[in-house]
Amino acid sequence: MAEGDRSPGASIEVEVLRYRPEQDSEPFYQSFTVPYAEDLSVLQALQHIKDDLDSTLSFRWSCRMAICGSCGLMINGIPKLGCRTFLREYYPGRVRVGPLNHFPIERDLVVDIEDFVGKLEKIHPYIIPREPRTLDQGEYLQTPRQLQRYLQFSNCINCTLCYAACPQYGLDPAFLGPGITALLHRYNADSRDGGQAKRAAIMHAEDGVWGCTAVSYCSEVCPKAVDPANAINQNKMASAMDYFLRFVKPGGARK
Amino acid sequence: MKRSSAPIFWSMFGAGGLLSALVGPALVYLTGIAAPLSWGVPLDLMSYPRMLAFAQHWAGKAVVFLVVALFLWHAAHRIYHTLHDLGLHSKALGQWIVYGPSALLTAWLAWALLSIGF
Ligand code: SF4
Ligand code: FES
Repeated sequence: MAEGDRSPGASIEVEVLRYRPEQDSEPFYQSFTVPYAEDLSVLQALQHIKDDLDSTLSFRWSCRMAICGSCGLMINGIPKLGCRTFLREYYPGRVRVGPLNHFPIERDLVVDIEDFVGKLEKIHPYIIPREPRTLDQGEYLQTPRQLQRYLQFSNCINCTLCYAACPQYGLDPAFLGPGITALLHRYNADSRDGGQAKRAAIMHAEDGVWGCTAVSYCSEVCPKAVDPANAINQNKMASAMDYFLRFVKPGGARK
Repeated sequence: MKRSSAPIFWSMFGAGGLLSALVGPALVYLTGIAAPLSWGVPLDLMSYPRMLAFAQHWAGKAVVFLVVALFLWHAAHRIYHTLHDLGLHSKALGQWIVYGPSALLTAWLAWALLSIGF
């Protein structure tokens, strides 16, 4: 590391939300002073705390490169990935780290994402082949245009930042929410997929796409440039068309 | 899972939004500024006989009905979601509060347009 990257001896204050259900009656912020360098991430600050200052601190992480989606945190009130948020964005001010909004706290910075995982399982998050092919028929072909229709939505890493950002999810967790709708759309929009009917009931429900009030903060906080708000909007249109046209479509009049 | 009836309200919201974006500003300018001050328009542009004749023609009726009703449903839908954001979480109650008056006003509008004759 170049000399200029680090002011020797510099430090930064990191406030971390603590909650250990067996000993704390309610969550509180605990302040730590950690060494500062321009290239240190918030995740590294937490690791420093755990290694050197207080080994009881709990938080999730794995890849350290914005791909596993497990280090989502509220950092100074904004949902972000701890591994791709750097202390230099806040220095010399302090950094306040909390668990993601709208999820129950399990312990310290670890939240319970059971609700998200349950919804993910319900949308059939895999390609259901439109037509079966045998091995000797070769691969499914796809044009660049067909790829573009779903590509950005396939970049979702299930980090749930968009759920922490969504005020509607905060008001009512029954709402399917941004990320899962983006993934639902990712499969529905894939030219190889024929599973739209299986995903339709979830999407058309009041708590499906219709729970969204187009706030769009989800798309702003997404670390992978997925645009869940756009996925929801496209599916509101599709759901409305289906609502009115289901009676005239062949095989229509479905519920 | 029950299908939502939201598409009905949402499509009127969408249609009203599109219509208000297209003709809203022009209408505000014409009816609120240009006509009363007769800026570049005849003094009697919005006089009673003219307006009555406009609303008695079937096409005029259609224009008045669509503009007033769709603007109304557009606004109602916005207020409905704002109620939700303001802490009124009963969807059914919120719908009665906003869509109820919209439905009544729409019915009254239709009645009024028909009762002035053709
Ligand atoms: S859409 Fe973006 S913010 Fe939401 S879970 Fe996927 S990657 Fe995270
Ligand atoms: S540690 Fe994997 S996304 Fe941050």
